[in-house]
Amino acid sequence: MTEALQLSDVLVFGAVLFVLSLAGIFLNRKNLIIILMSIELMLLAVNTNLVAFSSYLGNMHGQVFVFFILTVAAAEAAIGLALLVLLFRNKQSINVDDLSEMKG
Amino acid sequence: MGVEKILFYLFAATAVLASLGVIGSKNPVRAALFLVLAFVATAGIWLLLQAEFLGIVLILVYVGAVMVLFLFVIMMLDINLAPLQEGFARYLPIGAAVAVVVLAEMSLVLNPEFFGLKNFPVPEALSATDSNTKALGQLLFTEYLFAFELAAVLLLLAIVAAIVLTLRRRDRKEALYQDIGAQVRVSAADRLTMVKMPAVVAVKEEIKKESDND
Repeated sequence: MTEALQLSDVLVFGAVLFVLSLAGIFLNRKNLIIILMSIELMLLAVNTNLVAFSSYLGNMHGQVFVFFILTVAAAEAAIGLALLVLLFRNKQSINVDDLSEMKG
Repeated sequence: MGVEKILFYLFAATAVLASLGVIGSKNPVRAALFLVLAFVATAGIWLLLQAEFLGIVLILVYVGAVMVLFLFVIMMLDINLAPLQEGFARYLPIGAAVAVVVLAEMSLVLNPEFFGLKNFPVPEALSATDSNTKALGQLLFTEYLFAFELAAVLLLLAIVAAIVLTLRRRDRKEALYQDIGAQVRVSAADRLTMVKMPAVVAVKEEIKKESDND
């Protein structure tokens, strides 16, 4: 084990976070709120990778990208939660199984 | 082990346990609070990686705004949790299998021997005068200025979309809406009433009295 923090440590941490949120989507397949939270967690894992590469390559562009991803994720969360509220108002439920009207 | 590495493992363990809590807890409020913990721990790791501005933005924007929005929505909705919990045990094997396979593949690729860590040397610690915020701002307001403005438009779009989606068409008396047709049809007679009344004479007499007294 080396003294300093290596890039692969951070990347493995990002991978673990990503995999956990992936499992969260599988496990909580019916609960729309937990699915939205898992997506937020996934974005966090991806951002961690970008920050790590940006730091270890000494290149600031990665951090600019993380900045924009954070912006888009905030917009996504706002619209996703608005859709969730709308859905609950019409169906009195946030169960994914109740949303099969379009039979897609 | 250096202090940096101990801190990293502390933050990483916290974040991983918290995300286990997010995907495992029955109560969405508890899941949201675990997600807050995961965000804070990850912000700590970003600070270790010398991305101070983004670490603080993560806490301010995510913990301060987005997660509070999540909590608001969760508490506003009266959710019947029982049907939402169905299938957790049923999907546990396949979920765990997918997770293990993906994690194994990723760690295979990312392991230090394969990854060529020589190409990614540990960055030197920045001096006290180096500012991450300044460097980020210099890029953001020069090279990425157009993208920055587009991001502002995107946020505006998100505000408008969220309001339009959740705006409820209530009874017109309850909520005030603009009825443009009624506004155009309106005539002066609806707004203004002409009142005829005799002129007041008493005032003149008072003035006369006053001048007599003088």
